[in-house]
Amino acid sequence: MTLWTWVITACVAAYAIKLAGYLLPQALLDRPIVHELAGALTVGLLTSLTVMNTVGKGQAIALDSRLLALAAGAIALKLKAPYIVVVIAGALASAIGRRAGLP
Amino acid sequence: MALVFSRLTPAMRMGTSIAIAVGVYGISFGALSVSAGLTVWQTCALSALMFTGGSQFAFIGVIGGGGTGAAAWAAATLLGVRNGVYGMQLKALIRPPAKLIPLMAQLTIDESTATATAQDDSGERVRGFWTAGLGVYLMWNTFTLIGALAGDALGDPTMWGLDGAAVAAFLGLLWPRLHAKDPIALAVAAALATIITLPLVPPGIPVLIAAAVTAAWWAWRRRPSPEVPE
Repeated sequence: MTLWTWVITACVAAYAIKLAGYLLPQALLDRPIVHELAGALTVGLLTSLTVMNTVGKGQAIALDSRLLALAAGAIALKLKAPYIVVVIAGALASAIGRRAGLP
Repeated sequence: MALVFSRLTPAMRMGTSIAIAVGVYGISFGALSVSAGLTVWQTCALSALMFTGGSQFAFIGVIGGGGTGAAAWAAATLLGVRNGVYGMQLKALIRPPAKLIPLMAQLTIDESTATATAQDDSGERVRGFWTAGLGVYLMWNTFTLIGALAGDALGDPTMWGLDGAAVAAFLGLLWPRLHAKDPIALAVAAALATIITLPLVPPGIPVLIAAAVTAAWWAWRRRPSPEVPE
């Protein structure tokens, strides 16, 4: 399948999930277990994506300027900076690292 | 402008502020998506049709890391599960007419749900939902296009630190959810699962393994504490 196929089917799945929330019977919705699992999955997936984007390089681990980006992002978040500032801090940190000759 | 803003209800002001603040970072999604290897049109399709930032970042994150379309699909879809929960909450809170549900569903994301649920009366909830939902949709799609076109023109994305921007973007999505001991422990487990499996399985799959570890950890946490046999 081409990348386009995956893009479109992922969009369809995202919409189906959103719609399902409105169409499922109320009895199921009132169960806290559903909310808890969805919350836990979100934390687990976002953590994994953060780690993968920081140290992953294909099927290997690479330690490079992205670690600086992680630290810069964490500092910005700790200082309660707005999201866009957090993203820019990450970009600046890794760009500076690269231009300074780090991998 | 200030006069118009002051005439809005509190929920509409909140929705507008969120739409501006959040919509602008569509620019980073657009730029990261083309640097991950998607076309400008694929990038815009994700913002217009998927329209849920976390899943969109997950999709391009897996593709950018060399993962397959199937792994990207699975990561994006799992991350979208929370939108289903939001739909349930909104239906119970707002009780929308049936004919509006297809449109409401598409606008059901973190920001519109947060704005609606933060209000105390039902009229404000409705206004908050629509202002935030439509506002973010408009801003997010506009800035995605700008970011995608700019990203296309930048050349080598790593010299501009775009890979670092992706790291910070994911950390920024995760950060507000790490407010207690439980989610932090969960995050550590998911991080370990990712690092351990990264060299062992094809790109993108560690994210799904971390999801499975998360679900298992969660199931183990919530079982009733058994008698400890000695």
